[in-house]
Amino acid sequence: MAGKAKVKEAHQLTGDCITQVWISPLHTTVTPLRLSPQTVPSDCPCCFQVQTILRERFCRRRLPAGLESMEAQYKRLLDLLKRTAVDGESNSVLIVGPRGAGKTTLVDSVLKELLDDDRVQKNLLQVHLNGLLQTDDRIALREITMQLHLENVVGDRVFGSFAENLVFLLEALKKGDRSSSRPVLFVLDEFDLFTQHKNQTLLYNLLDVSQSAQAPVAVVGLTCRLDVLELLEKRVKSRFSHRQIHLLSPLGFGQYLERVRAQLSLPDDFPDAPFAAQWSASLQTLCEDQAAQDALRRHFNSSRHFGSLHMLLILCLSRVSLSKPFIGASDLLDASRTILSDSRVNIVSSGLSILELCLLIAMKHLNDVYEGEPFNFHMVHNEFKKFLHRKSNSMYSFEQPVIMKAFEHLVQLELIRPVDGSSARTQKDYQLMRLMLDQGQIMEALQKYPQCPTDVRQWAMSAFE
Amino acid sequence: MSALLQVPGYDQERLRSVAERLPCREAQAGTLLSLLGEPQQYSYPSVFIYGHRASGKSHVVDVLMEELELPCVAVSCVECVSMALLFERVLLTFFGPDATSLLPRFPSMSDFVRIYKRQRLQSPAKQTRYIVMEKAELLRDGDANLLPALLRLQELVEDNLTVILLSEIVWDLFRPNTGCFEPLQLHFPDYSKGELQEILSKDKHPSYSAEFYSSYINILLGVFYSVCRDLRELRHLAALNFTKFCEPLTEGKVKETDTHKLWRNIEPHLKKAMQTVYIREVSSLQWEQMQQMEEKESGALRGLSAHTHIELPYYSKFLLIAAYLASYNPARTDKRFFLKHHGKIRKTAKFLKKNEKTSNHLLGPKPFPLDRLLAIFYSVVDSRVAPTASIFSQISSLVTLQLLAQVSHDDQLDAPKYKCCVSLDFICAISRTVNFEIVKYLYDFV
Repeated sequence: MAGKAKVKEAHQLTGDCITQVWISPLHTTVTPLRLSPQTVPSDCPCCFQVQTILRERFCRRRLPAGLESMEAQYKRLLDLLKRTAVDGESNSVLIVGPRGAGKTTLVDSVLKELLDDDRVQKNLLQVHLNGLLQTDDRIALREITMQLHLENVVGDRVFGSFAENLVFLLEALKKGDRSSSRPVLFVLDEFDLFTQHKNQTLLYNLLDVSQSAQAPVAVVGLTCRLDVLELLEKRVKSRFSHRQIHLLSPLGFGQYLERVRAQLSLPDDFPDAPFAAQWSASLQTLCEDQAAQDALRRHFNSSRHFGSLHMLLILCLSRVSLSKPFIGASDLLDASRTILSDSRVNIVSSGLSILELCLLIAMKHLNDVYEGEPFNFHMVHNEFKKFLHRKSNSMYSFEQPVIMKAFEHLVQLELIRPVDGSSARTQKDYQLMRLMLDQGQIMEALQKYPQCPTDVRQWAMSAFE
Repeated sequence: MSALLQVPGYDQERLRSVAERLPCREAQAGTLLSLLGEPQQYSYPSVFIYGHRASGKSHVVDVLMEELELPCVAVSCVECVSMALLFERVLLTFFGPDATSLLPRFPSMSDFVRIYKRQRLQSPAKQTRYIVMEKAELLRDGDANLLPALLRLQELVEDNLTVILLSEIVWDLFRPNTGCFEPLQLHFPDYSKGELQEILSKDKHPSYSAEFYSSYINILLGVFYSVCRDLRELRHLAALNFTKFCEPLTEGKVKETDTHKLWRNIEPHLKKAMQTVYIREVSSLQWEQMQQMEEKESGALRGLSAHTHIELPYYSKFLLIAAYLASYNPARTDKRFFLKHHGKIRKTAKFLKKNEKTSNHLLGPKPFPLDRLLAIFYSVVDSRVAPTASIFSQISSLVTLQLLAQVSHDDQLDAPKYKCCVSLDFICAISRTVNFEIVKYLYDFV
């Protein structure tokens, strides 16, 4: 509300060049604010500052100082966007990389450097769209209008087509005195989701504008799907420049260790220099520790991207406190164990009653015998009864409904799942089910299960009988 | 407790009261709190907490938020049938009613994020804001984009915001096809037996000593622990059966310390509770009434199961029996069971082995045509029955009662197919009322 009032005021003052004035007062709010680091009060203990700085880094609220292993991509993107922002050239590019590989960080850092240029900052307009938010083209168009601050220009105007509306928006950005338009940068996060929109209208029009020399437009798409070009319709695909930047750089373990160190190191302007020195010394010992290296190597082998690394490091960081101000190898090992632990095993090994565990073992045996054929409740019950019969143990004599309740609990936990297509008309005790755990998980859970009776354990161990 | 008290940035006094309110969950609360960090600091965008029912997930989060006075919206996904309700709750709590009025009639995620961002400029977060989503597994049924967007909401709204998801099932079952931002996973293990004992002993009855109640809990856990580890359910059962446990005491038969006698008195009672009230065959009100009834007419053990109470017409019972036989016996054995001169029964080893592998009581009922049902019906019923409309209408009544199910399509009028949907116990009870020994006619039990 306040912003709008300001706009009107400015309008009255200048009066002559509407569009220009309308954009400038609010321009600062358009640029993404995610980069603004919080100011750290300097009277707090170092530990607090370390937490604040590193947490911001791990939550991607603070851009890294340098983008190691991404320089080539960085340079290419910067070059490309510069040509749009300065020379008014239209471009389109896709940045492809797995989740957590640093696509957004790359774009943000490039934008930051780009906006350092005074000329660009005055001129360039940005529109950030996200496939998760703008789920159809109508919403996307409204968002574009809002981000360009053209609501008042559009007003109640009715447009015949999507293209007409977009062209109108771009037309409105043309400067009063010069014939050139202001360059607009479109950043489309989760680009693959935009391909699901009806007729891919938004993509078609954006890429069409970037092809024909209507207005200088740069379209940057971010996606994790390598096959994203296959998702584009033919007429959309032909308008795309087929420029792709891949973030799939092969990374050695040595570089990965460097990255860990870089992520954990404190900035040079850290106020307490002696603490910073101690911190980097402790970091050095951590990186040289053999156990820590082994743990890191395990992570490196499963995923080498920023996303999973940040998760590991924030768990380590959460263990840093006043009494223990540095990260030790044991913290890293604990954090790594937390992340790598199998969640299904956790669910089975803690909190399932002994009856439910017995049912799972019976299902495992059925799976072994019938080679993964689906089973129903009665088969499981029969298998369980066989076990009880052998043991002649009255400890687990339960009524069928009680066992059924245990079985239903397993269904609710989605440890077993009904087979697709088995009709809804069958009684629930004859509904065919499949076990969603593999043998290794059951055995591991059994190892962890507190006070597991020996006969149950032996029953699980015995393979074929 | 020590782990919890170490978390800096929070008031010591408050942390202590948190610890008091979270018996046996200090370690989890401590881990969670240190993960969330101090209020002014950023916290990981999304945290996924999983653990069994009644393992204290919501309780820990609620108590932390309440005692430490953190800005938080707790939403149960059961309540939020539409996204609009969720957005409204979040905006209302964080920014007041003005922000809520900005939401359009059918808000999209985009509208929500835009309004949030605009409001955030006016009142930026001085400390981490939390959105707690309970029963998060229901999010999978909603809009496909909602869950991935919530997981990276911090980045989308550019605010110090953390989304905490609570669920009973594992994260693997949430992950969309193309992946999404991975939340930090935290497991809440179940209470151990000792911890259950400790917590349950806290609700002691004022007129009895703590040791007495604790010994009662011990007996209760002895019966139920192997079946049920759900704290809430155990608590309910403990409350329901305590009066029965105290009965010999109030009558003056035994002393408080005589644990063995008390155990002998209560154990069969608890076993019965497991077969009835635990599996919800009777409601807790009925259970209490039954306890009082038993005092009056002692020894008369009523059948509790609903199965034994169903009343059917005479021929309907036979129709049901016939349907059961038709469903569970192979058609080729009909000759043997229902003909007087069936010839020699061959039972070769091969035949028996095949039979063992495919017990029909394991595989479930098979469909059968109407003709076969009627043929078996005429041979099992002891008087001559004419195939009148009354018999046929009884068949359709049985279908309506869901004792039979029609498997063929509705438009197939001349040879409809049915399936019998009752259990063996039920049919045994029915056949007993008409003096029919069904087990003799079942191929699986010959």
